[in-house]
Amino acid sequence: MHELSVAHAIVSTVVEALPEDAPRVLEVRVRIGVLSGIVPEALTFAYDVAAHGTRLADAALHIERAPVVVYCPTCEAEMLLAGTNDFHCPACGTPSNDVRDGKDMEIVSLVLDDEPIGATS
Amino acid sequence: MTRVVELKKGVLEKNDLLARSLRATYTEAGLPVSNWVSSPGTGKTALLEALLTEAVNGGICAAALVGDCATDNDAQRLARSGAPVRQIVTEGMCHLEADMISEHLVDWDLNSLDLLVIENVGNLVCPSGFDLGESTRVALLSVTEGEDKPLKYPQIFHSADVIVLTKVDIADAVEWRREEAYAALRQVNPVARIIETSARRGHGVSDLLATLMSSTPVGGNTLTPQEA
Repeated sequence: MHELSVAHAIVSTVVEALPEDAPRVLEVRVRIGVLSGIVPEALTFAYDVAAHGTRLADAALHIERAPVVVYCPTCEAEMLLAGTNDFHCPACGTPSNDVRDGKDMEIVSLVLDDEPIGATS
Repeated sequence: MTRVVELKKGVLEKNDLLARSLRATYTEAGLPVSNWVSSPGTGKTALLEALLTEAVNGGICAAALVGDCATDNDAQRLARSGAPVRQIVTEGMCHLEADMISEHLVDWDLNSLDLLVIENVGNLVCPSGFDLGESTRVALLSVTEGEDKPLKYPQIFHSADVIVLTKVDIADAVEWRREEAYAALRQVNPVARIIETSARRGHGVSDLLATLMSSTPVGGNTLTPQEA
C-alpha cells in the first residue's frame, strides 16, 4: 500500500507549490508510469484520504498512465512495449533494459478555478 | 473559467533528491551499498547472516540496516555475526524511504565500512519506486516460490542489478524448474547478473559478496541513474 505514501507526496508537493492567494484547485493531473507499481484505484482512494482537510480537499485527481518505452539498440529507436513483463524489442526481439518512459511519476499540471471565491453571490 | 497551469514535478522528488545526496555520500566514502528486496520468506535474513559472517571472517567491515514493520528480531539475529547492524522499524509501512536510511546512518563512520547492505521490508511491489541511493539493487527469489513470479511482479525484478536465487539446496526436493525460472527472469530483466545461493550450505555466498564489493558506488538501475 505505498499508494498512501505517494498520495501524501502528491498533496504536499502541490500544496507547497501553491501561492497563498492561489485560486481554488479543481483538478490535479498526474502521469504515472506503469512500472511504478501503482494501482490507480488505490491511488485515487489514498489521495482522497491524503487531501482531506487540505487545500486540495475538493480537487479531483486525474491519472494518466504512461506505458513502458525502451530504447532498442538494434532498431536505433524508442519502442513502446505492450506490457510490463517482457523487455524485448517488439519489432526485432533484442533485449533492452534501457527504459526511456513508464517508470516515473510526475505531477503534470493543475486545473484552477479562475472565478474569484464568492464572485457568484 | 478554468485555467491549466503546468507543474512538472516528480511525485517522489523529495525522496529522489535525498537518495541522490546519499549516493554522493556513499561515493565519497567509496562505499558500495546494496538494497535487498524480495517477498517475505525468501530468505533475505538467512543469506545476509551468512554474508556478514563470511565478511567478518575475511576481515571485511560490512554493516547492515534491516527494515521490518515490527520487532528488532532481525537486527538481533544479524548482530551475532559481529557486524554493525541497525534495525529500522517502519511501524507498518511497506517499504523503506531515503529519509529512514539517512536517519539510521547517523553516528556511523561510513569511511570505516567496506560494504553496506540494506535489507528492505519483505514486499515485491512497494519498494520498487523508492531509491535509497544504492549502487546495487538486489532482488531475491527462492526456489519455493513460483517459477513465474518475475512475470507476476515485473517491476521489482526489472529494477534489479543482481538477482539472487535462494534455497537452491532444496531445489530438487521442491521440483524447482530451473529453466522456467531463468526464462521468466530473462524476460523481465535481460541484463541482471543471476547468482544461485544456499545460506544453509554457504553456496554462492562468496560470489555474492565479491559482486557486491566490486559494484561501483554510482549508477545502477535505479530511478534516474543518469543524474546520479
